[in-house]
Amino acid sequence: MDLTNLTLKEASEGLKAKKFSSVDLTKAYFERIKKVDKNLHAYVLETEEQALKDAEKADEILAKGEGSALTGIPCALKDNFNTKGVRTTCCSKILENFVPPYDATVVKKLKEAGVVVLGKTNTDEFTCGGSTEHSCFGPTSNPWDVFRVAGGSSGGSACAVASNMAVFALGTDTGGSIREPASFCGCVGLKVTYGRVSRSGVTSFASSWDTIGPLAKTVEDAAMVLQAIAGHDDLDSTTPNIPVPDYLKNIDKGVKGLKIGIPKEYFEEGIEVGVREVVMNAVKEYEKMGAEIVEISLPMTKYAVAAYYIAAPAELSANLARFDGIRYGRKPQNEGEDLLDYYFAARGEGFGDEIKRRVMIGTYVLSAGYYDAYYKKAQKVRTLIIKDFEDAFKKVDVMITPVAPIPAWKIGEKMNDPLAMYLADAFTIPINAAGVPAMSVPAGFVKGDKGDLPVGIQIIGPQFSEELLFQVGNAYEKNSKVKAQNVKPQFKA
Amino acid sequence: MLSEEEVKHIAKLARIRLTDAEIKKYSTQLTDILEYVKILEEVDTKNFEPTSQVTGLKDVTREDVVVSNSATGEDLLKCSTLPVQNNQIKVKPVIKQ
Repeated sequence: MDLTNLTLKEASEGLKAKKFSSVDLTKAYFERIKKVDKNLHAYVLETEEQALKDAEKADEILAKGEGSALTGIPCALKDNFNTKGVRTTCCSKILENFVPPYDATVVKKLKEAGVVVLGKTNTDEFTCGGSTEHSCFGPTSNPWDVFRVAGGSSGGSACAVASNMAVFALGTDTGGSIREPASFCGCVGLKVTYGRVSRSGVTSFASSWDTIGPLAKTVEDAAMVLQAIAGHDDLDSTTPNIPVPDYLKNIDKGVKGLKIGIPKEYFEEGIEVGVREVVMNAVKEYEKMGAEIVEISLPMTKYAVAAYYIAAPAELSANLARFDGIRYGRKPQNEGEDLLDYYFAARGEGFGDEIKRRVMIGTYVLSAGYYDAYYKKAQKVRTLIIKDFEDAFKKVDVMITPVAPIPAWKIGEKMNDPLAMYLADAFTIPINAAGVPAMSVPAGFVKGDKGDLPVGIQIIGPQFSEELLFQVGNAYEKNSKVKAQNVKPQFKA
Repeated sequence: MLSEEEVKHIAKLARIRLTDAEIKKYSTQLTDILEYVKILEEVDTKNFEPTSQVTGLKDVTREDVVVSNSATGEDLLKCSTLPVQNNQIKVKPVIKQ
């Protein structure tokens, strides 16, 4: 039995039944990482020694018949989650030597649940990007075609899960950064309702858009992970005190009688024919399962990317003001004569191309004379995008759309055309604007020049409806004839 | 069109040193992006308020007690690569000597 093939649920049951130990499982995962990650580059840091110690501890707990569903489960964390005593770089040169003195709230929760952390995964610098090419460590490859991107910014996490280098992983999603790589790599990725999971200890990109969520092998696995990390946190005042339901309770309820909305704007402009076909086939499956399909409209869709690329860089430029090479991070090579010189050097040397670009957009739109025309306008458009979703959810229970208009592109292809890369987020950004949850579920494949490339569907629900998303996603995963979920990439290691 | 002079000014506000090649490149790329976002001018937003918080939370308060992530001041000072004196990080002078 290849232990790395198991889902979280299967691994958890196997551990409880003593079919194998957490140490066995952890060793199998490191063997797998050593075999394939030199070709894929999902991890930027492996913490094998600590992981094996944690696995031994988990085995002791399991031996007593104690522990949670996650005890002894090997997982990966995107490199923007603070991990106590373990280097956390956000894949930026400016933080190349940063070792956080505390764990992020979600990391603490996972550790309390008994997980084994295998290492830190690659991301676009400070999570800004849709391809993981903007990492100071270099890009992550797509496990289906190593010459293509894994998507991003949580490309390392998506690649690790899709290619069996972790049972699950955590990522962050500000404009699509969990869902897009999940779709490109062929795993499940959940963007939660804004505020459902604490952001404390996770480096901020755009604070009013940022969310944290799982990337997993199945919908059920994603539900199990969310169960462990959701809820209010005193250290994050944007987490409402709304009770966390039992996410597995209704997961097998099916979709009979549910109204599924198909927003027409997501099927019109710029979408690749093959991608549309995969999504429409999935919609047909839902109809066969007893759901009612309703065509609806989200007229503000085409403005979301523009609103986002004003508001998010504005928040980014404010959040990244703290990175000055003084309290943490690297010292510039040329320190200069005075403090101002030092700032210029620390940030000029420390930030990569995409961060410089976005920080400057943010600085520009917030600067005197431009604030009303850009920033305030974008925030008003955001109000209208929210209204779109509120109106839609009066008519339907959930919506289904493509995750991205295109499948994974070739590494380097869009590096000199930032705007083209931004437009790949056209179907994921509106969801962050509205703060609603959405999940990417593998649904099929399109033909690439070197074989099949995965395509996901995006299931969108009203705020705090994660339970319903799991129910809808699970119905497809269990019943669909397109068994995209269990097909694994066959790259040569 | 964002001129090279304007890019230099923004970079100064953002405290980022750019090379000449970068200034040239960003002048074109930032212009493209700012041109693209003009699409928002089509939207009539006259009667709508701006949104900065999406779940409706307002004036979040809690008991006035310290809630900490367990990192001490000493721990935090250790994150700096610069010299520390009297619990303070020593930086370059603000005014040139």
